[in-house]
Amino acid sequence: MSLEVNGRTVDWVENETVKQLLKRVKYTFPLVVVKINDKVVPRKDFSESIVPDNSKIAVIHMIGGG
Amino acid sequence: MTISIGKNGKRTMNVEKTEKIRMKLRHSSVGIAGAGGLGSNAAVALARAGLGRLVIVDFDSVEESNLNRQYFFRDQIGKVKVEALKENIRRINPWMKIDIFNQKLIKGEMDRPFHDVDVIIEALDDAETKTTFIEEILLKLPDKPIVGASGVAGYGHCDRIKTKQIGKLYMCYDEEAKDSDEDVLMAPRVCLIANWEANLALEIILGEDK
Repeated sequence: MSLEVNGRTVDWVENETVKQLLKRVKYTFPLVVVKINDKVVPRKDFSESIVPDNSKIAVIHMIGGG
Repeated sequence: MTISIGKNGKRTMNVEKTEKIRMKLRHSSVGIAGAGGLGSNAAVALARAGLGRLVIVDFDSVEESNLNRQYFFRDQIGKVKVEALKENIRRINPWMKIDIFNQKLIKGEMDRPFHDVDVIIEALDDAETKTTFIEEILLKLPDKPIVGASGVAGYGHCDRIKTKQIGKLYMCYDEEAKDSDEDVLMAPRVCLIANWEANLALEIILGEDK
């Protein structure tokens, strides 16, 4: 009943969306790329996509400049 | 003729390795999204390394403010970036095949120029476009390795830069850096990360250097 978010163990919450999870783990950056079990979750799906138990989640914060 | 690799004007120490790399790179390709600070410098590094083919996409023209970090020259101000870059690469490596697209990457068809390359380098500037591009490539070309960069602004802090790999996505990443909207963009760090991206692309193509 847990998740791994950027290498950190976090409790799994039933029916929690990607958006809610990001808020709970305090990843409040405006622009992120999220991969759950190596599958990208598009930003437009953050508020509907439910995080499954035992998922491995990678959150990459996109910072401008180039 | 092709550009020579690793010889440094002397007899190479490892003929077998040099030849293997030369052959592999000659038949490999990299697509670069953006020909600014990251893209222009990564392209030149790959041209010097002896890569066979580059695909470069950018819609912009060279401006005076680009010259503090981008691989262009004063007499190229006003020129279309992809054309100016092709010209500069030609002066280093005239054998490389270079396909240029002077166009904006439009949401929904950002993947289009990159279907037939071995590795994609994200070299865009603003965070919104970076995010959209990486998201779209991961969705549409899930088997294609993509190298991205996040956190290039400022100076110093070399050791904060890391490679973060998640599946086929390789990020050159300094998560503590500020956005370029609130910070400066300077050649040493921008070029460092551009070369970091080019170096990762080589590693993906050639396999780990053992």
